[in-house]
Amino acid sequence: MALDQRAADAKGPAQDSTGVVEEVEVQGHIVDSLLLPKILDRILHMGGSFEIRECRIGSRRVDPSYARIAVRAQSPVELDAIVGDLVEHGATPVDPEDAAVVPADIGGAFPENFYSTTNQHTQVRVSGRWIDVADQEMDCGIALDVKARSARCVAMTDVEIGMPIVVGHAGVRVVPAERPRDLGLFGFMSSNVSSEKPKAISLKSVADSIRATRAEGKKVLLVGGPAIVHTGSAEHVAELIREGWVQVLFAGNALATHDIEQALFGTSLGVSLVHGEALEHGHEHHLRAINTIRRVGGIKAAVEKGVLNSGIMYESVKAGVDVVLAGSIRDDGPLPEVITDTLLAQKRMRSAIREVGFALCIATALHSIATGNLLPAWVKVVCVDINPATVTKLSDRGTFQTVGLVTDVEPFLRSLATELADVAS
Amino acid sequence: MSRSPRILMCPPDYYGIEYEINPWMNRENATDPTASVWQWWALHDALRDLGVEIETLEPVPGLPDLVFTANAGLVFHNTFVVSRFRHGVRQGEAPHFERWARRHGFDVVDMPPHLHFEGAGDALFCGSTLFAGYRYRSDAGAHQWIGTQLGVEVLPVELVDPRFYHLDTCFCPLAEGAALYYPGAFDDYGRSVLRDRIETLIEVEAEEAVSFSCNAVVVGRSVLLNEGAPKLARILRGIGFTTTPLRLTEFIKAGGSAKCLTLRLDGEEAASWSHAEALAVH
Repeated sequence: MALDQRAADAKGPAQDSTGVVEEVEVQGHIVDSLLLPKILDRILHMGGSFEIRECRIGSRRVDPSYARIAVRAQSPVELDAIVGDLVEHGATPVDPEDAAVVPADIGGAFPENFYSTTNQHTQVRVSGRWIDVADQEMDCGIALDVKARSARCVAMTDVEIGMPIVVGHAGVRVVPAERPRDLGLFGFMSSNVSSEKPKAISLKSVADSIRATRAEGKKVLLVGGPAIVHTGSAEHVAELIREGWVQVLFAGNALATHDIEQALFGTSLGVSLVHGEALEHGHEHHLRAINTIRRVGGIKAAVEKGVLNSGIMYESVKAGVDVVLAGSIRDDGPLPEVITDTLLAQKRMRSAIREVGFALCIATALHSIATGNLLPAWVKVVCVDINPATVTKLSDRGTFQTVGLVTDVEPFLRSLATELADVAS
Repeated sequence: MSRSPRILMCPPDYYGIEYEINPWMNRENATDPTASVWQWWALHDALRDLGVEIETLEPVPGLPDLVFTANAGLVFHNTFVVSRFRHGVRQGEAPHFERWARRHGFDVVDMPPHLHFEGAGDALFCGSTLFAGYRYRSDAGAHQWIGTQLGVEVLPVELVDPRFYHLDTCFCPLAEGAALYYPGAFDDYGRSVLRDRIETLIEVEAEEAVSFSCNAVVVGRSVLLNEGAPKLARILRGIGFTTTPLRLTEFIKAGGSAKCLTLRLDGEEAASWSHAEALAVH
């Protein structure tokens, strides 16, 4: 194959922005020895693509020639295989630069020029080798342990003096998430938000994703707002938990309070969930519910003492769901389990998402965005809300893997519980 | 200054199959020490009869392959690029070759430690170009480094058949612009390079190639090669070479033959720089 033909063949994929790139250089009598065409052929043969970024041909026979080639592959593993093969043919990686590291000079803040992370799979180069960054999270820094050859994302507030933090962009590469190949929910839907998508298919896909996540041994995270209770969906969520489909629950004081209010008084915000009418003194119910729980020492204690006998919180305690309730400025009470220190709540959420493979965010903008900030890009997120703005907010803040379903949560949750129950039985 | 061709050899006192680092070696197929000595001396005497001045390297116990002096290094004028063996079992040979080269007045050049290079086993001049085999023993990068270091054109070609693990097992320059080769040991790129750059390229058939007929020593218009290549011998005679078939079966057990047992110290016949030096002494 002629050189220009190879270049033409490679043009398409080389201009493609997907995948990972590494530059290699090759020098010597690479034209007459056919090493250059061979190297280019091998890149294509191994499924990669290339772009010749620099090429100098020696003018006399004894003069060496030089080429600098950007090699692109779909994954770091494929790229390593290609570059490893090219090294056998005399090519050498151009960028042997390791990630630069500076010890943190102040606690709770990064050094100047710190590398700011995305939620995508990231690697750093340590002693000439690329290693994965653990605990991937957006808007963090990268702490590097050169001796242990390990790297992890670290939040600004967790920086300790002397912690080695990656600075600059050299020796850091981001591996974009692979486009899903299957035609499930994440295959046929993009994150475009619309109320006009076929709900039955979407619902089945969510159910399939939840089952697949559990089959892989990963956890399903439910992030929920109080509208779950207001719309009368608490019993569906309680069923999902009881059936073992949810392992982690993130919410605020409101969801827990109204769920307990319903369990104790049959109302949500004082409205009867059976009759749909506001009851006399019903507005006091949520405060009385909080008070009851505070008096017995917490939700768990209330379940153990037989005070709380139904609902989402009850099932969560019974099923051993990892519940993180994060507080806010407008909370009544709050319930004793609510974490009022925001940073502490973030930390708890951070450790709870470690093995999460699927996140279902329902009817809450605040907690969904907080969760999206912590999740790596490869965790599937489905956001269900009657308000399209909630879904777009989540995507706009970087959780671009979100699939949005604009729908009333009650029919959605009822159908989901039925769908999962059907398969379970 | 002597104009006699000079060749380095190492007697097979401690030669034997003690490990297996190529498809020919099999520890259960032991060598016959007496036959080895006879065969080695037959080669030695045949070279001496052609007027070659033989230098000998002291054999060393525990280094059975020291006998294959072609792998000592690469000679270019007075420069000796000492080999950096791929296999640990042969790495002990390098200091002996290096010491010999220094004592005999060569400027010894060391290559960067991460590269592998096995001397004239993988690097042969034909004209002013150094043809270099890579993959099994030498690295393409090592050849490129040598090109820069010596200021010569180096054409690395990949070896693709593990039986022909060194370039000198499948390629033999005869004179400027003429060489023997076994096409099956190379890929399309390598075959193209050899065909493009060598005017008279004689193909050796597979059955004669496995008799190590490419592993020949060329002195003037004489070719010393392992017996078992009557077709090739006929072709060589047809283009004006005399051939001397030798029985080197004991060395083939280790994957070597006539060429592997020798290192030309004043430049191979086919190397143009060797001729230049010869002309200079007229």
